[in-house]
Amino acid sequence: MNRISLPMAPRGTTPETGRTFSPDPDNAPEEDLREAIAQLGREGEWIVQPVPEPYYEARTKYGRIKKIPFEKTWHHKSCGQCGHIPGYSTSIFWLNRFLGYDYFDPRDQTSCTAWNYYASATSNQVAQAAVAMRNFSAAYETGYYPLIHCGTSFGHYKEVRHELVHNHDLRRKVRDVITKLGRPFVMPEELVHYSEWMYAIRDQLKSRVVVDLSDITATVHPACHYYKLQSGDAIYDPEIYGGQRTAAVTAVVQDLGAHVADYSTWYDCCGFGFRHILVQRDFTRSFATMRKIEVMKEEANPDVVLTHDTGCVTSLDKSQFATQAHGRNVGVPVMSESQFAALAVGAHPFRVAQLHWHSTDYRPLLAKMGIDVEGAWAEFQEDLSKIEKGAMDYLTWDAVL
Amino acid sequence: MLSNLYPEVPLEEKQRLFDQVKADARFEDYLYGCYECGICVAACPSARFYDFSPRKIAQTLAREDIEMFYEQMNDDIWNCSQCFSCVRCPRHNNPGGLITIMREVAVTNGLRSTKEALAGYTRIIYKIMTTGTQVSPDMLQEDAFPDWGPQVKEVASHLDLWRRALPPETLHTTGLSWQVEERTMLELYTIWKLTGVLDMISELDEGLHDIMEEVMDDALEDQGFTIA
Ligand code: SF4
Ligand code: SF4
Repeated sequence: MNRISLPMAPRGTTPETGRTFSPDPDNAPEEDLREAIAQLGREGEWIVQPVPEPYYEARTKYGRIKKIPFEKTWHHKSCGQCGHIPGYSTSIFWLNRFLGYDYFDPRDQTSCTAWNYYASATSNQVAQAAVAMRNFSAAYETGYYPLIHCGTSFGHYKEVRHELVHNHDLRRKVRDVITKLGRPFVMPEELVHYSEWMYAIRDQLKSRVVVDLSDITATVHPACHYYKLQSGDAIYDPEIYGGQRTAAVTAVVQDLGAHVADYSTWYDCCGFGFRHILVQRDFTRSFATMRKIEVMKEEANPDVVLTHDTGCVTSLDKSQFATQAHGRNVGVPVMSESQFAALAVGAHPFRVAQLHWHSTDYRPLLAKMGIDVEGAWAEFQEDLSKIEKGAMDYLTWDAVL
Repeated sequence: MLSNLYPEVPLEEKQRLFDQVKADARFEDYLYGCYECGICVAACPSARFYDFSPRKIAQTLAREDIEMFYEQMNDDIWNCSQCFSCVRCPRHNNPGGLITIMREVAVTNGLRSTKEALAGYTRIIYKIMTTGTQVSPDMLQEDAFPDWGPQVKEVASHLDLWRRALPPETLHTTGLSWQVEERTMLELYTIWKLTGVLDMISELDEGLHDIMEEVMDDALEDQGFTIA
């Protein structure tokens, strides 16, 4: 494929047009679903779980206020993150502990099952909504509030919420299932993605940065399912891309002190494809590298690619090995902004960020951040040897904070 | 141009499948006609690498072109990446969502092309439906992901140890992404049974269905979990 050379210059996060999108919530093209959710709560259709105080007030695409809880969060984990890139979720938990926040990591949680649904369609509307509502119910019963780690879970749950609000028949069927499970029928007041929580805590992190990031250039891949599905409910900020793209990830990375560089294919997906990443990876590899990584390298030459979804980290990270063998212009580490932020405020690259689970070479980045990679690896090896010898069963939180 | 790729399939059968797609509650929310502007195609990753077009999907369904619809059910829908980049459609269509519905109908009706498209995928269906987590650490095997490089081998050879070197207590697992309570799994099985998802699988792969049904029924029975 011959790529057309675009006249792109690294231009930070100010769009070339200089235009700023000033949203007017009173003239939003989409309804505010939360009003309908509250109304259904008043009518006794479901229990609405309120966002716990204190919360942060962020702006969404059309200028509406979204409440983001700081703590008392129930962590809706991601199967892809926990299974294959566990430093992603570990960093989210670690940041909660670092800031002294009360949170809950549940075992009474299933995956949203949307990866499977978008890959194989072996499910249906009622089942998908029942899986979501079972998890919401489980969160409610603990008194903690759902914080959703995966971009796809977040997007899919937003879709499910929209369907449940508008389709009485679906609501009735799903309530029947949940009632049969002996669970309360609960809808959270807001659906919150962890990268929105990262946005909410960015000032607190900024004041505690211990790594000089002024020489670090990052490119950001905004996750499709975060902001394209039910697009009105994603964080936007006039100071970031003139309010024309989601501010998630970028606002945090800039506040930590790194430079975010732009590239022309920012709207493209990562190539994950759900089915493709597992059984048709030629597509994933080609798209992830030719439409994303190579374009980023050519136009922005980043030290790191940052994103906020399970599938995106996986595709953009894992696809580079085979492409590198073809001598193409790839070779840049990929991680979540939670891992990057944890490193910036002093987390251990292996005990917390768990970078050894990633394929791409993160060592040049760590060196540029002034982190002693060899020393950190040696410390981690010591941990492993203690576990192997039975001197400790597991690496504990006490050992990493 | 009329599609004539599947002349052996009676028109009534094609119409029957189309009617099922159209009867889905989401259909009218996902399709409002089509300008043929091609904005969805420009945004579509699959259109760059396959002979595939979300515009054609929207057009076909809007025109109720039954022959072309049947061709797409067999030859196109599994190419979609389900990224939903196409929802920037100025007509507020959701071609990706239409494809989700078409896929569901293809699975429910056990289309041969669907069985082929999902042939290598059934172990994942088994994993998600029986454990509640889709990918597990022990899936990271060199033979499954040869193109991911030597790092996969590195993970596989230290898997148990590396999992124990994770501070979150729920992540000390290898066969599951995190520890899932037994009751939680039983509730998930109940959902699959009550909503007809388990039945859907029998159209796709009878063997897989039978194995899963046995696993679920045994677990539910052992725990005295009854589906009222
Ligand atoms: S959801 Fe499917 S049709 Fe829509 S842009 Fe993505 S790959 Fe293309
Ligand atoms: S973007 Fe919408 S209106 Fe334009 S071709 Fe695609 S489906 Fe049709």
